[in-house]
Amino acid sequence: MRIRLSAGTLHSDQVRRIEEISGQNLLACYQCGECSAGCPVAFAMDLLPSQVIRLVQLGQVEEALESETIWFCAACQTCYARCPKGVDLSRIMEALREIALQEKGDHLDIEAIRPEELAEFPQQAFIGGFRKYTS
Amino acid sequence: MKMPYYPGCTLNTKGKGFDYSARASARELGLELVELEQWNCCGATFPLLVDNMLDLAGPARVLISARQAGERLAVACSTCYNVLKRTNKVIRENEDSREKLNFFIEADYSGDLEVLDLLQVLRDEIGFDKIKEAVKKPLSGLKVAAYYGCMVLRPPAEVAYDDPEHPHVLDDLITALGADTVDYPHKGECCGAYLAVKSADVTAEMSFTILASARRSGAELVVTNCPLCQFNLDRMQEARGRMQDSRYAGFQPIPVLYFTQLLGIALGLDSEGFELDKHYVDPRPLLANYLDGQA
Repeated sequence: MRIRLSAGTLHSDQVRRIEEISGQNLLACYQCGECSAGCPVAFAMDLLPSQVIRLVQLGQVEEALESETIWFCAACQTCYARCPKGVDLSRIMEALREIALQEKGDHLDIEAIRPEELAEFPQQAFIGGFRKYTS
Repeated sequence: MKMPYYPGCTLNTKGKGFDYSARASARELGLELVELEQWNCCGATFPLLVDNMLDLAGPARVLISARQAGERLAVACSTCYNVLKRTNKVIRENEDSREKLNFFIEADYSGDLEVLDLLQVLRDEIGFDKIKEAVKKPLSGLKVAAYYGCMVLRPPAEVAYDDPEHPHVLDDLITALGADTVDYPHKGECCGAYLAVKSADVTAEMSFTILASARRSGAELVVTNCPLCQFNLDRMQEARGRMQDSRYAGFQPIPVLYFTQLLGIALGLDSEGFELDKHYVDPRPLLANYLDGQA
């Protein structure tokens, strides 16, 4: 993958916003890969968690927003619990979801949920899902 | 002893067996769980953005209601525990958030409540020794996988009351009931949680990893503290037959119980109301010896 780096892309408003609303220092990550190694949903992701934070470090926010990874993160916080630098990657994923929801709209079609699923699923599955996939 | 108690939405609806068995078992052990007079949904996920004050309002109202009822709050659902515990910590330790939130919900709450998970209450307030003495139907011979999920372990600094990588509180309780627990590497691995509403195939895969690991270690029963874990692990096995996937072939279904259901059975309580018949994988054949004399 070929990307163009400049001071403008590395310190864009979006990068600053992600740092601000996640409360995380993106450059604290030194790419050890512990988050990706322990992530229980990594098998379903198109980018590994460590690749998502790398993209954002390099100002490639649009690419990170296009990734399915941010929607497969279940906020289990295994990555945060094990990160040697104390980076809470699940908060960075949440910041990316927030921006994606604002820019591209909801990621879940509530109308498409089948009636039998509505009857069957526990309440917390819906409430949690609506919080993460809709704005 | 009486303690204010928050059941939460799921225990009030789909997880009634968890709620009923929690109250009945606690009562048998001399603890009256007194439901809060007023409560609302905790929000089911802790908001992870530092400026998301709105999603803290719901859990904050619960905390205020609980503080009016006492100094401590017992929570059975591990997800509610996680959300309430973390919200309380924000209010207690972050002055800026505390002021904004109090202004927004027109309250004056300082965070001086202790939020306790029911497992923690059983361990620290009642004691597993005392529970062991109260057992009427020892679960000897039963091989159990204690499954902790995420919510009582992570983030460790905010919610854990046990070793976050090698938890044993639930194992200790199950051992006190006379059963054996198995050691397996997935006791704190995420089941996929709310991903179920968007990608049920992914939560099925995640849940199967946990179940297969438990089976490989010799378990014949999985015991959990979270209604969403219970649902994902249990329902996955029912859906398995429809999935026609060779990876799942040959897997022997394994029942998934709440720890309070197992506790109640060991205490010799009438399991009517435990909703054992509502599980996808029926646990009753496995537990027949211990349910002796019950309908």
